[in-house]
Amino acid sequence: MNAAQVEVLLQTLIAGVLLGGLYALIGLGMTLIMGVMKIINLAHGELMMVGMYIAYWMFSLFGIDPYVSVFIAGPLLFFLGILIQKYLINTVLRVDSILPENQVILTVGVGMILASAATIAFKSDYRSTPVKYGTSAFYLSDLWKGSPIELSLSIPWSVSFLFALAITAGLWFFLQRTDTGKSIRATAQDLDAALLMGVNVQRMRVVTFGLGSALVGAAGCLFIPIYYLYPALGGQFTLIAFVITILGGLGSNVGAILGGLILGLFESLTATYVGMGWAPVGRFVIFIAALLFLPGGVASLLRRRAFGK
Amino acid sequence: MKKPLIPLAVLAVLAVLPFSGLSTYMMHILILVLMWTTIGMSWNLLGGYCGQVSFGHAAYFGVGAYTAGLLYFKLQASAWWGIPLSVAVVSVFAFVLGYIVLKLRGPFFALATLASGEVLRITTENWNGFTNGTLGILIQERTWVAKTQYYYIILAITAFTFLLVRRLVASKWGYYFVAVREDQDAAESLGIDTTKYKTIALVVSAALTGICGAFYTNYMGFIDPHIVFALHDISIITIMIVMVGGVATQWGPLVGAGIMVLLAEWIRSIPGLGASHQAFFGVLLVLIILFLPNGIVGDFRKITRLFGRARA
Repeated sequence: MNAAQVEVLLQTLIAGVLLGGLYALIGLGMTLIMGVMKIINLAHGELMMVGMYIAYWMFSLFGIDPYVSVFIAGPLLFFLGILIQKYLINTVLRVDSILPENQVILTVGVGMILASAATIAFKSDYRSTPVKYGTSAFYLSDLWKGSPIELSLSIPWSVSFLFALAITAGLWFFLQRTDTGKSIRATAQDLDAALLMGVNVQRMRVVTFGLGSALVGAAGCLFIPIYYLYPALGGQFTLIAFVITILGGLGSNVGAILGGLILGLFESLTATYVGMGWAPVGRFVIFIAALLFLPGGVASLLRRRAFGK
Repeated sequence: MKKPLIPLAVLAVLAVLPFSGLSTYMMHILILVLMWTTIGMSWNLLGGYCGQVSFGHAAYFGVGAYTAGLLYFKLQASAWWGIPLSVAVVSVFAFVLGYIVLKLRGPFFALATLASGEVLRITTENWNGFTNGTLGILIQERTWVAKTQYYYIILAITAFTFLLVRRLVASKWGYYFVAVREDQDAAESLGIDTTKYKTIALVVSAALTGICGAFYTNYMGFIDPHIVFALHDISIITIMIVMVGGVATQWGPLVGAGIMVLLAEWIRSIPGLGASHQAFFGVLLVLIILFLPNGIVGDFRKITRLFGRARA
């Protein structure tokens, strides 16, 4: 391997980790909802699309930086999530039907409505926020003059990554230390036991769906400086979120973070060494491999080590 | 009317319809309705009776369509041979895929099938040398200009599917399917080889959908990965047809396909709303799940009761 090849490999790995951090945030929202509700939210990517549009319009109309929009889109998506859970999903839980997948199909319907509403309102144009720092980057040669290889670190990617880390840390604190967080974890672990301990399970469900939506909305704000936006973008991110959750282990938060990083690295490597168009195929290869060889996800490996088996 | 006569009566009405002087456009709509009915019935076998909700029937539809398309494109054979050939190709494909996805249950099965459809779309898009990529495949000469011949072919396919699904569901296998849907563990403990019966349901359902795919190639004369492997416009619409019509009912797919195709055409005809048919479908899907979870046919009694009360 010569210097140029090492350079490409290292650059690919950096891109993979940065992407993985953002993926982890998307996966975390999905895994939270899955843990508590035991359903897959197939409108997850569409909720992210809504977050991205909020960030986009904040930037275009008021010149608000997308990173500031995290604090606007997050709460807005939280309320949207609450509404969906309270008036749609909770209602379906009470309806009797042949197929238990009705709730999942319902989220498909919600996603379709969101995506088409965005198409009607904003047309199918590709949009992006042309932030000033959009193309700036740190270079390794600025720090170390005699470096044999040249690496760059894009500023928006790095800032998004740091934001994702901060939000993840905040979520961890919320789930571990606060009463509501503990109630959410209790509900996810054992619904009946939580109910007996006096946890308001109905409210936890609503809060969790709101929280998951807020997380993915925030992820949308972090994505928009580095990505472009169009109404149909949701579907692919729903799939990404699902692959991460399977890869990480269902309902496991640590697993979702690791799953996000693994997927980010893997996609980045496929894009460099196989071809850009094949990155989504790489995503599903790893997905099927995880289903076949590691059905419990990364979380099952961690658990095995914790038990010393 | 005696029960076994109803299907024959419906078939007779459908068979004489082309003689009533329908316009070419109406014939086109009827062909689409029949095609979607067939896809809906085959989905219903797997999803409605066996309880395995597939979000990836576009995969089988697309493989069937591409079997016919590639036969023409690569081997210069008539694409009509694609219909018998697609049965074999799609069956093998579904068997292999089933080995992976049938290990999963409920929502996970749903998403794994969804992913399989998407994988195929992206693969056909990128595999330029074999599938002609995003350019798609164009059948340059049409077999018939009129729609009537196509109509009778799809009518035969639909009638065959109807009979096959009806026979299967009434047979011992049908009871096994329902047992798997109601409680897989209980079925397993009663000695039903659940994996085997799930695989049977999947392969039959996939093969029937594949036939429709091959028919679609012949009828439309053009396929590309975005059309035949579409997530919303094929996989989700298939589910909606069955949900609207009625899950695990004989006539549900026909009713659902009729409503969905007409609704799609109607929305398309409203100026300015062309692209938004999915929003309407989404709203319809949510309403159906909330108020008629077993579909129009499944909840028919509920509907009549509702109207009866309104009148009284």
